[in-house]
Amino acid sequence: MKLTVNALLGATALCTAFSAANAETLTIATVNNGDMIRMQGLTDDFTAKTGHTVEWVTLEENVLRQRVTTDISTKGGQFDLMTIGMYETPIWGANGWLVPLNDLSAEYNVDDLLPAMRNGLSHDGTLYAAPFYGESSMIMYRTDLMEKAGLEMPKAPTWQFIREAAAAMTDRAADINGICLRGKAGWGEGGAIITVTANSFGARWFDEEWNAQFDQPEWKEALTFFSGMMGESGPAGYATNGFNENLSLFQQGKCGMWIDATVAASFVTNPNDSTVADKVGFALAPNSEGVEKRANWLWAWALGIPAGTQKEAAAKQFIEWATSTSYIELVAAKEGWANVPPGARTSLYENPNYQAVPFAQMTLDSILAADPNNPTVKPVPYVGIQFAAIPEFAGIATEVSQEFSAVYAGQQTVDEALAKAQALTTDAMEAAGY
Amino acid sequence: MARAVTNNRKALNTAIAWAIGLLIFFPILWTILTSFKTEAQAISDPPVFLFFDWTLENYAVVQERSNYARFLWNSIIIAGGSTILGLIIAVPAAWSMAFVPSKRTKDILLWMLSTKMLPAVGVLYPIYLLFIELGLLDTRIGLVVVLMLINLPIIVWMLYTYFKEIPGEILEAARMDGASLKDEILYVLTPMAVPGIASTLLLNFILAWNEAFWTLNLTAAQAAPLTAFIASYSSPEGLFYAKLSAASTMAIAPILIMGWFSQKQLVRGLTFGAVK
Amino acid sequence: MATKQSRSAARIMLAPAVILLLGWMLVPLVMTLWFSFRQYLPLRGGDQGFVGFDNYIRFISSSSFWPSVQTTLIIVGGVLAITVVLGVVLALLLDQPMWGQGIVRILVIAPFFVMPTVSALVWKNMFMDPVNGLFAHVWKFFGATPVEWLSQASMQSIIMIVSWQWLPFATLILLTAVQSLDSEQLEAAEMDGAPFRSRFWYLILPHLARAITIVVLIQTIFLLSIFAEIFVTTGGAFGTRTLSYLIFQRVLESQNIGLGSAGGVYAIILANIVAIFLMRIVGKNLDA
Repeated sequence: MKLTVNALLGATALCTAFSAANAETLTIATVNNGDMIRMQGLTDDFTAKTGHTVEWVTLEENVLRQRVTTDISTKGGQFDLMTIGMYETPIWGANGWLVPLNDLSAEYNVDDLLPAMRNGLSHDGTLYAAPFYGESSMIMYRTDLMEKAGLEMPKAPTWQFIREAAAAMTDRAADINGICLRGKAGWGEGGAIITVTANSFGARWFDEEWNAQFDQPEWKEALTFFSGMMGESGPAGYATNGFNENLSLFQQGKCGMWIDATVAASFVTNPNDSTVADKVGFALAPNSEGVEKRANWLWAWALGIPAGTQKEAAAKQFIEWATSTSYIELVAAKEGWANVPPGARTSLYENPNYQAVPFAQMTLDSILAADPNNPTVKPVPYVGIQFAAIPEFAGIATEVSQEFSAVYAGQQTVDEALAKAQALTTDAMEAAGY
Repeated sequence: MARAVTNNRKALNTAIAWAIGLLIFFPILWTILTSFKTEAQAISDPPVFLFFDWTLENYAVVQERSNYARFLWNSIIIAGGSTILGLIIAVPAAWSMAFVPSKRTKDILLWMLSTKMLPAVGVLYPIYLLFIELGLLDTRIGLVVVLMLINLPIIVWMLYTYFKEIPGEILEAARMDGASLKDEILYVLTPMAVPGIASTLLLNFILAWNEAFWTLNLTAAQAAPLTAFIASYSSPEGLFYAKLSAASTMAIAPILIMGWFSQKQLVRGLTFGAVK
Repeated sequence: MATKQSRSAARIMLAPAVILLLGWMLVPLVMTLWFSFRQYLPLRGGDQGFVGFDNYIRFISSSSFWPSVQTTLIIVGGVLAITVVLGVVLALLLDQPMWGQGIVRILVIAPFFVMPTVSALVWKNMFMDPVNGLFAHVWKFFGATPVEWLSQASMQSIIMIVSWQWLPFATLILLTAVQSLDSEQLEAAEMDGAPFRSRFWYLILPHLARAITIVVLIQTIFLLSIFAEIFVTTGGAFGTRTLSYLIFQRVLESQNIGLGSAGGVYAIILANIVAIFLMRIVGKNLDA
């Protein structure tokens, strides 16, 4: 009997070894962001190295999120790899839905991952997804307009300075808006920028007992400041502007300043797409005077393997290919250093070739300024800066940001929006059993 | 004199109708035009209408990024399959309701329509779990069945109203001549019903082609049709109007062309019994 | 006239359609009902037991519920009103003699072939964008301030997009009805000097009643569940959250299947109320 079991085990092991050596077809769900689309174009390199082929399922961010969440929570098994963010990874990892990435090869050098990224993609010290690229937020501004306004951007400005500078740079006749920020509803869109703004005014989402904090003065101050500044110096219709809309405005020369993801730096300085490529300066995300936290968020798009996939070995090979230093070199050789996926590896920022890229140092400084374990001035029970890593957050924050967008569009007052936000957050947290 | 008036009126009609027609068509025309522009021209201020450097670059980029042929093929199979399967099931049902009506016929018909009122998002989880059990996720056959069920009430209803207009005397005459039920359907009814069946087929092909919830949520790579293809072009980083337009044009062109060629058939049967 | 034999044959022929639809209705319905009584949170370990009517109470007492019902009804009503009125006008116009009638008809029905996602993307980006959209350029050309369509006129924008998609359908059905008008009767009325207005009220409109009924019925079924148009354009912000969008938020964004299922049951109830209402009004026209 024992012999049979052993023989069976041996046979299974043999099968595994055999299938690992075999060519597999991996189905990978990913976001349609520029860096991922570039990765798709380079898939042939992966196939040449490993023999595995890849089927891409490329979807818009929100569609992707609902699609992969449905699949993983029902154990549908449609994907061998999923592109997920810093929000999903710890929650899914805790649920045992992801394959732990604790046995990556030595040459992959997992210690080279930026500590902030590695921590944000881990649960209980175990890495569950490998960062493809990482980002914080920073100020991108027009050096020519700043000069024209007779001002100089400090390395680490305050919100008060930003507001003043925005007003000085605004020239409605020339179609120049002093500042462009996201106002679009959605927790990952406008929700992200207003949350980090609130953090930098000393506000927080929840107190240590998980009570919603929208009735506190800090939130009122932050939201009043934000909508006031955008009303003075922001573009028309900013209540529906997300990352894309602002990027396109900035590239067309219609923004004086833009505070957004650090990855945008390579797009606004790319002369093929941007009319202002040679006139962009960078600065650290602002804080309100006297508040120690800055409006720096932290995010990574990462590759995770759903538990239960038949193709775990091949999936790990893909991760080791796509998030490795050699992938970075591959992109650098083809598209130049400014276009490599940023924010994931320490060695990238030690590379002299990359240090020559104008936004490299500020990106690193911004990432280092973000601390997901202590995101706010007052203590909070959650991890995450522009989000709280609890399953309920995405739903709540989307609805809250919808109320805020209605403020930006002039449809309700700050007080009304905060009261509604408080009510719906309290209600949703109750429903979730807090 | 009268003729001149008629001609004047005809000219006026023509002018108004063309103006309205072009206005309604304009969004599609603008999308097609934009798909041939460069990204810079696509957002140029003031907008350029016809005089720009026509380029096929956007189509090349879209083609390089996505396996368009597979999305297209899946759309054809899923829309076509569900329509044909639906007709096979609906024709006998509609026939029996039209020619052997009972007291409950009207109730059955309305009940069938009411099954379309179940909100799709509300039942996503149940259906998804069911699909896992049955191994139907990301398969074309799964989508063929779902889309067939979604559109079945419309198919039955359309055919029913069409069959009802076929005079019953013809059937009785055939029966007198000793035609069997099978003969009746094959040689008497079917030829008369062909226009109705054709337009039902077309309408349901369109509805199935454009269905965007189930086709997106129940597929991954293998069975994804054009609705999933377009979902990868909405708001990537940066507003790429020209590429979005190219992808949109590629998604709607096949059905648009089919629709135009067959509009006579479509219109003829699209009455739902509205004409007495 | 029907023999016993043909009756049973008819039943057999009807059976597959009825059984399939019964299954398609009952299986998800029963599962939805089951989930709606349970605390089912996929991200928190799945099914956490029976909670009675908690989900129902929570869903209906949420501050988003009644506004979402209202939004749903406004969108459905608005689109129906626009498509029926413009559909009648267009149908009458297209029935007139003119040059190039076939081509005009092709132009008018074209939007019906465009998938909802594509039409929402095109309208949102290329027309309604307050900076780069075509409308903004037109407004600026006339010296006006561009309208921020999707935030300041969100409902009107969505109603416009959806109406554009469904106008061809209404026009087509109404056109076939117009074409079947008794032209002799109309001509006689014209000879008698009846003005267009009375010809329209007393001859044309009654004749179209049945077609209008059908347009209203079919469109209502489709409009109650519109989703892509809202998902792509406003994401439910600015008061455009319909009942089905609210359910989507509960099920997929908040990952609360129990709550979403309870919402699904409410949506079915709402749909049936609308349906009964419709049948009452239009049932006479539908001698099915």
